[in-house]
Amino acid sequence: MSASLEKGVRVLKEVIDAPIASYFSSCVHCGLCAEACLFYTETGDPKYTPIHKLEPMRRLYEQEYTLLGRLKKMVGLSKPVTDAELGEWQELVYNSCTLCGRCSAVCPVGNDIVYMVRKFREGMSASGHAPDGIKGAVNRTVTIGSPMGVKLPAVKAQMKHVEEDYGIPIPLDAEGAEYMVMLSSMEIINFPEYLGAIAKIMKQAGKTWTLCSTAFEATNAGMQIGNSDLARVIVSRIVEGAEKLKVKTVISPECGHAYTALRWEGANLVGRPFTFQVKHIIEVLGEFQEQGLLKTEGFETDKLTFHDPCQLARRGGVIQPQRNLMKMVAKDFVEMPDAGYMNWCCGGGGGASAIEEGEELRLEAFKKKKSQLEAVKPDRLVTACANCRIVLEEGLEHYQMDIPVIGLTEMIAEHIPDQTKSEGA
Amino acid sequence: MNEIQLLTWVRGPGLDIAVGIFLLGVFWRLFEIYSLGRKKDLSASRSAAGASGWHTIFRRSLPPEGMVKKSPVSYIGGYTFHIGLAIVVFLFAPHILLIHSLTGLSWPGLPSQFIDLAAVVTMAAMVVVLVDRINKPVKRYLSTFGDWFTWAVTFLPVLTGWMAVQHLLLPYTTMLALHILSVEVLLVVLPFSKLFHAFTLFGSRWFNGQVNGHKGVAV
Repeated sequence: MSASLEKGVRVLKEVIDAPIASYFSSCVHCGLCAEACLFYTETGDPKYTPIHKLEPMRRLYEQEYTLLGRLKKMVGLSKPVTDAELGEWQELVYNSCTLCGRCSAVCPVGNDIVYMVRKFREGMSASGHAPDGIKGAVNRTVTIGSPMGVKLPAVKAQMKHVEEDYGIPIPLDAEGAEYMVMLSSMEIINFPEYLGAIAKIMKQAGKTWTLCSTAFEATNAGMQIGNSDLARVIVSRIVEGAEKLKVKTVISPECGHAYTALRWEGANLVGRPFTFQVKHIIEVLGEFQEQGLLKTEGFETDKLTFHDPCQLARRGGVIQPQRNLMKMVAKDFVEMPDAGYMNWCCGGGGGASAIEEGEELRLEAFKKKKSQLEAVKPDRLVTACANCRIVLEEGLEHYQMDIPVIGLTEMIAEHIPDQTKSEGA
Repeated sequence: MNEIQLLTWVRGPGLDIAVGIFLLGVFWRLFEIYSLGRKKDLSASRSAAGASGWHTIFRRSLPPEGMVKKSPVSYIGGYTFHIGLAIVVFLFAPHILLIHSLTGLSWPGLPSQFIDLAAVVTMAAMVVVLVDRINKPVKRYLSTFGDWFTWAVTFLPVLTGWMAVQHLLLPYTTMLALHILSVEVLLVVLPFSKLFHAFTLFGSRWFNGQVNGHKGVAV
């Protein structure tokens, strides 16, 4: 057994817990999870059946943690997990799984399959079987500060642009602010409108907010690759930043996995509860809307639909606020089939979009989104995740569908009257 | 060993051994699974109405929207044979008598004609799900020896029981002995095969629902 495989097996043994044991013991091979997975439905290849993606981990569980499995192992009747096998599984565990969680939502015996994939990735990563694309993103996040190599000067340059364009100051390292706003590299590089939108929205709501010079990047490729040690390093920066600035709430940007990393995994990664709250920007906007702090004027008149990011809706429980917000500014808002809790993934979540060799498969899986869109034929597609947005744009371009994709936060901000006097400030 | 001796053995020592292995097996398996424990979740919870482990235990008995259409045989066949098995096992008068003699508990049964029908429907549904397992690429792909074996181990008690009551193929005494023997095989196999889902599915649904409840997702 190679050293890396040994490490991978040790990590896997550590992450196997009662839920995983219960899940493996409950599976009856009914195959219904396949029907929930876009990589299976769009390719028809049974190897993409979600529970099958865990086969090496299942065998390890059986061999290490069950009486019968241990007996079988003792008399040489069980097949050990090998390096070659894990190598073969890389495509199944990363390229063809976006951690979207639809499988976990339909399993009749209640198996949380995506929980297991997330844990399996810990072993895959430790044994050196994570894809290079995500590895690169993690390394850049740990060494440089962001997966796309964005550094503070780039953020400052954008702050300056936004200040000039919007005439609103962008606070940096303002101690005691109510909100600390996080960004994703994607927003810094591709969607600068986001920061401007935040400035307008916060000004109207009369809330104090700040960016943090030591923690502006919210995405966490460490979690996507399945390396909790690196995920912890990345999340710790945010925790330290938020505690140093004594903010009440950290706002996760329009990014699904950043939200999961910070909201649900963060405290577990650092090993203690947070002293601040974590909210997705859509949750914050929803609260402002409810409290009457968000006032818009005018409506979009073309036909709009909303793509629910998996980590925000199905895995994050934020389903209604985005709909209320859409209705606030859109006259013709239509829902795609399966929208909301059971929405289909864009195909690029969970780090999948960073895997170059997975592109062909990703575009194949995008046919599911294509069919959802064809059912309602929207003029534009709104979402609340910068990664979804990029993946959607790539897919739409590939299939020559002329549907612009926009972020919900910026669309809301466009309807905030420019001359609004800040209230409550 | 003649059929009377066989019947005596399966009703006596055979049953004791099978029930013993079943009980110890169930206890051991539940222990080896749930004693692994899990880490406490340190993230702040967001409660929502209708989201908890208990909700999911009940809710997962119903098919999610649109799923029946995608896999009708799994759902309709699955419901039919599970409910059929429950009727045959727990509402057939002789079974109730046996349970009464073992535990002192008793409840009214159903007329034998009805049980007869239920047994036939159950077997038919089981054959249909078996054919589906052979035909459907995903199910065939996932299937291992354990899947075919546990199907047979579940099917045989129903078949032999029905044949004994109908006086088919073999003399009643022999068929009854084989029926009880097949049930004993089922009891021994159950804790150590995928049939154990009969116990763990509650835990699995609870874990899944609890994590989602923590996040405020009603599933």
